[in-house]
Amino acid sequence: MRTVLRAALAIAAKDLRIETRNRTAMLTAGAFAILVQLVFVFARPPGEVSLSLLAPSVLWITFALAGLVVLNRAFLLEREQAAIEGILLAPVSRMALFWGKWLANAVLVVAVLTLAFPLWLLFFNVAPSTSLLGVYGLAVLAALGFTGAGTLFAAMTARTRYAELLLPVLLLPFLIPPIFAGASGSIRLLQERPFDEVAGWLRILVMYDVAFLATASLLFPFVVDE
Amino acid sequence: MLDAAAADRAITRGRIVTLLGVAALAGLYVMAVLYTPTERFQGLVQKIFYVHPPAAYAMQLAFVMTGIASALYLWLRDARLDAFAEASAEVGMWMGAIVVITGPIWGRPVWGTWWEWEPRLTFTVIELLVFAGYFALRSAMREPAERAKFAAVVGVTALVLVPFNHLTVYLFASQHPTPVVVGTKKPELPPEMLRAFLTGFATFTVLYLGFAMQRYGIGVRRLLEETADAA
Repeated sequence: MRTVLRAALAIAAKDLRIETRNRTAMLTAGAFAILVQLVFVFARPPGEVSLSLLAPSVLWITFALAGLVVLNRAFLLEREQAAIEGILLAPVSRMALFWGKWLANAVLVVAVLTLAFPLWLLFFNVAPSTSLLGVYGLAVLAALGFTGAGTLFAAMTARTRYAELLLPVLLLPFLIPPIFAGASGSIRLLQERPFDEVAGWLRILVMYDVAFLATASLLFPFVVDE
Repeated sequence: MLDAAAADRAITRGRIVTLLGVAALAGLYVMAVLYTPTERFQGLVQKIFYVHPPAAYAMQLAFVMTGIASALYLWLRDARLDAFAEASAEVGMWMGAIVVITGPIWGRPVWGTWWEWEPRLTFTVIELLVFAGYFALRSAMREPAERAKFAAVVGVTALVLVPFNHLTVYLFASQHPTPVVVGTKKPELPPEMLRAFLTGFATFTVLYLGFAMQRYGIGVRRLLEETADAA
């Protein structure tokens, strides 16, 4: 158990170290997150649809699309110079490889979210309140399960010739439950509704995280075995 | 493991089962038109319900069978299980197509709109999209064993999504008619309607089996051709 944890942390640290050196994922996903928000601002008749009305939806769409950009990179990185084979040759369990890759992905998606969040507040005139912490918390919670399924699928699509095309098609249907739950919870939080109305959505997110992290970690060894 | 003669047998048997299913479907239509009473509020359009829920059930059955065959494939690595998982998924796609086509035909007169973002209809669409991804991934892969493995992983993951699918039905406000057959302890449908309804479910089970058997045989044949080409 401890060796699995140590190996997973080493793999995550490796991925994050690569990221801090070239910043490709953060730069592309960060710029992408801003662009998605701008598209929403300009794709609406300015006087007629208020920004605050669109705000929760934009947050979740931005989150899902920017997350896909991060995930796409995770295994394409390993494909360069067949780096994945080095990891597979190392005496590291496949389970540890999954948790390591997942952790790095989750950290990066949360980082992109953290970057996009204040900009979203700014661009969409979201009134500052303590419930924003709740909205951010829901997004982080959604990111955990989202990257679970995403890590599993990205490992597969990276092995095909159409990785960038296949991952969104394969992954987005699986993101609808957490996005639905997250967006519905956020809307209620932003409307300052009582916590009871958010609890149900929160529960779905937690169940989704547990179910998909467990499934992905169990299936991942099949994806990478030779 | 793969056997051309067995594949041909599966196709022949599948054809016979499909013919039985088609005959049952004709019987179901006759039953719906002549035997069942016309629903007082919805009128004739209600008769679509002898087809719509059975097709939804057949889609779910097909996708669950794909999930089970996928899990078994990961365990046993038998190419026949992959061929069956693919066959079942494809039949499921068509059953889902029947659901999303008949739904709006009923919805237009009864709800007043062609399309309603109603949970069960929405999630039928999501299931269809999940399996669209399944087939997209399959089409992007050449090597049969790897394709089977990856497809099986998606098939199992799709099975995990199903409860989330159903969960939402009960959690979200729904415009969809609540189930009267399964939901209550005592069926409240008139006996003629209930009989036709249950005949619908039986018919679609037979149709599913017939189509899946034929498609399985075709899948095995294709796999044999692929391995012959590779050799």
